[in-house]
Amino acid sequence: MDTFNPFSLVGKTVLVTGASSGIGRGIAVACSRMGATVVINGRNRQRLQETFVSLAEGRHQMAVADLNDQTAVRDLVETLPLLQGIVHCAGIGQRVLCKQLTETDLDVVMNTNFKSPVMLQTEILRQKKVAKAASVVFVSSIAAESPTIGNSMYSASKSALTAYANCLAVELAFRLIRVNCIMPAMVWTDLILKGGITEEDLREDEKKYPLKRYGTPEDIANLAIYLLSDASSWMTGSNIKISGGVYKLG
Amino acid sequence: MELNDFIENFADQFDETDISEIQPDTEFHELDEWSSLTAMGIIAMVKTQYGKAITGKEIRGCSTVEDLFNLVAGK
Repeated sequence: MDTFNPFSLVGKTVLVTGASSGIGRGIAVACSRMGATVVINGRNRQRLQETFVSLAEGRHQMAVADLNDQTAVRDLVETLPLLQGIVHCAGIGQRVLCKQLTETDLDVVMNTNFKSPVMLQTEILRQKKVAKAASVVFVSSIAAESPTIGNSMYSASKSALTAYANCLAVELAFRLIRVNCIMPAMVWTDLILKGGITEEDLREDEKKYPLKRYGTPEDIANLAIYLLSDASSWMTGSNIKISGGVYKLG
Repeated sequence: MELNDFIENFADQFDETDISEIQPDTEFHELDEWSSLTAMGIIAMVKTQYGKAITGKEIRGCSTVEDLFNLVAGK
């Protein structure tokens, strides 16, 4: 008997940015285990290598590049095969009070979380590396619509990213290319442990979640698999919360 | 400006259309992939590549790729 599996990624080549840690790493590994050929991108070769050796067997590719560097982005895209899936996962978090923001902080967060994925996507389209009926996934955040203290730059950057993705969905629909956003609440990664919040604080906060825990990269990866697979063929322009039951952060 | 270069830039706005389908006498409105989206792409291409502004209405007034080339060249 054939096994029914609408979530298979066999035959698909998927680019995952930010794959050297956290959610990106989880997604890259999960995609490879579902049969995808994966191209992983990150800035740090050593950490990216750690992801690379965790991938399931396959003809995967490593692409070290800083996505904030437009020349590096162009060179990276030139090396890419035709893609059936793209997961924009590279991002950073930084908590600063509004009255203490600096222009440099703002540039770093907006460039990394918004400008870089947008310009990468632009270059990929320009070089015609997206296959018909491909799936593009942006890892946004529930923070885009859930204000918390110190999170203004991060929230704004993710809001901008979500709005961009929703427009992209409309523009690419004629080629049956789908574009969706994943909006996680708190997920256990290095990102949430930066900016003055201790693990102890987070363990306390986690108890307030209806499902009594923060997410794991694997939780998010399973949603990414769904969005990359043909199981979600009728889904585009959606922003999907995955939150352990919380409506808003903190 | 050169007709051949223009045709290359014009063809670059398409993702699904075979480039060889696009010739000077091609009636571009008849191409399967032609849409308001492609028209926006052409307007932006003309602006960045040739520094000239054309409108959707002017594009609608052109029939072949060469007509469009003449429109841009005449600006």
